[in-house]
Amino acid sequence: MATAFQKFIHAPLTDLGKFALLTFETLHSLFTIRPSFRHYLYQLHFIGVKSQAVVLVTGAFTGMVLCAQTYVQFHKVNMDTATGAVVSVAMCSELGPVITALMVAGRVGAAMAAELGTMKVTEQIDALRTLAAHPVDYLVVPRFLATITSLPLLTIISIFVGIGASYLVGTLLLGIDSAYYYHNLLVYTLPTDVFIGLIKAFIFGGIIATVSCYKGLSCDQGAEGVGRATTEAVVYSSISLLIINFFLTLTLTRVFDTSLR
Amino acid sequence: MIVIEGLHKSFDSHSVLKGVEFHIDRGDSAAIIGRSGCGKSVLLKLIIGLIRPDRGEVRIGGKIINDLSERELMTIRRKFGMVFQGAALFDSLTVAENIGFVLSREKTLTPGAISRKVDQALEMVELHGTRDKKPAELSGGMRKRVGLARALVYEPEIILYDEPTTGLDPVVADSIDKLIQKVSRQLEITSVAVTHDMRTAGRVGQKILMLHNGIIYIQGDADKLFKSTDPVVHRFVNGISDPKDATFKN
Ligand SMILES: Nc1ncnc2c1ncn2[C@@H]1O[C@H](COP(=O)(O)OP(=O)(O)O)[C@@H](O)[C@H]1O
Ligand SMILES: [Mg+2]
Repeated sequence: MATAFQKFIHAPLTDLGKFALLTFETLHSLFTIRPSFRHYLYQLHFIGVKSQAVVLVTGAFTGMVLCAQTYVQFHKVNMDTATGAVVSVAMCSELGPVITALMVAGRVGAAMAAELGTMKVTEQIDALRTLAAHPVDYLVVPRFLATITSLPLLTIISIFVGIGASYLVGTLLLGIDSAYYYHNLLVYTLPTDVFIGLIKAFIFGGIIATVSCYKGLSCDQGAEGVGRATTEAVVYSSISLLIINFFLTLTLTRVFDTSLR
Repeated sequence: MIVIEGLHKSFDSHSVLKGVEFHIDRGDSAAIIGRSGCGKSVLLKLIIGLIRPDRGEVRIGGKIINDLSERELMTIRRKFGMVFQGAALFDSLTVAENIGFVLSREKTLTPGAISRKVDQALEMVELHGTRDKKPAELSGGMRKRVGLARALVYEPEIILYDEPTTGLDPVVADSIDKLIQKVSRQLEITSVAVTHDMRTAGRVGQKILMLHNGIIYIQGDADKLFKSTDPVVHRFVNGISDPKDATFKN
């Protein structure tokens, strides 16, 4: 009884509390202590620049498959030219940010958790603290800032290549009239759709950075601990961003007017 | 300088420290000995506030540090230098960047002055020409020395060593012992070294404290411990295992 309580209620709640504390400290440090620009740039390079290839490929293929599938269904009711509009809206407000965030969670979240976890296990985090540097200021804040700035930019790339690739597939491969494809795409895609996508990307960036840094900093001893921290960072950030995405869609589509003028 | 009173610490249901009491005066060098896993590292981390006690008090220079926040502790920790068991060098930074870490973050010195201080510290630990190496390129003994230089360079008042000679060959261990003696002589620093190596303890500690079963079992100079007729102390200082000890069964 006592152990079941410990395992299923006490431990998860303690974890959640510590995670909330880290998030709070990160935000607090963000507004009170000037972050190191050099570390920020370094992380921006690692998180933003080096994720571009992955995001290009996944964005393009998501747009392409979405186009092919939508076309097959719309062709049955003779609405071929609406394909572009569906692909575009879906890429902007849902698939662009979500696919990009998932890829970044896998690539960057894992790397962050592994790096901080190794530092924890080899006492480098303790060393940092004895050298009068706060791990949140020194390690978490630059990563957090870099992730929340890169993810919207990466999402723009993903949306752009997704729509571009779907245009090529639609017009060249499936034979949709290019003028109508383009026209409908422009008519039905609103600036708000893009804006919603970017807000989501910004929030997803925050989730990936805080969850991964938390998992790294609370890593258990040994190589096994680092392995588990890495896996959990990816799994937890992916799951939580998918769940939060649902609620963001519900609220953001109400907050911003997405009906056609 | 360091006063410990009634210190208790347990992890989950396993209690490690059960009322540790001692004090170390300014300028003294003490060695804390005890079997592996008896809580020596935990005790050091409590002294510098890396972990918090369940009960009891840690006073540094008259100030109780138990209830300070992490940011308040940062100013207290500036008085400390700590040399970790595995050196704990930042492996993304070069040797020079590791040593100059605190100074370059404080921004009170010019880069030129920091560079000179780093050179002096490297001189002190007898490591030349390693400035631009990464920690991964160094041997265990060299890493310990860099760790020591990193702790000394910002002139702390207290220096803590966690197992300074463990895992090193006897010759390198001897050189580290001598280095520690040189540091406490030249810089008049308060030092606490934790070790399970009796030889190191005898050489670096004017005062030796033995941690056993979660309390300070005996304290005194090396002579007192070596001459002690208490079976626990006698077996430890002479390195004799006890056949009745549960640790060695099965
Ligand atoms: N962070 C921790 N979580 C749980 N148990 C710990 C932790 N740190 C130390 N311990 C336990 O405390 C005991 C003493 O550890 P330690 O101080 O590292 O021993 P040593 O005297 O060899 O340095 C060990 O049994 C260890 O398992
Ligand atoms: Mg230890």
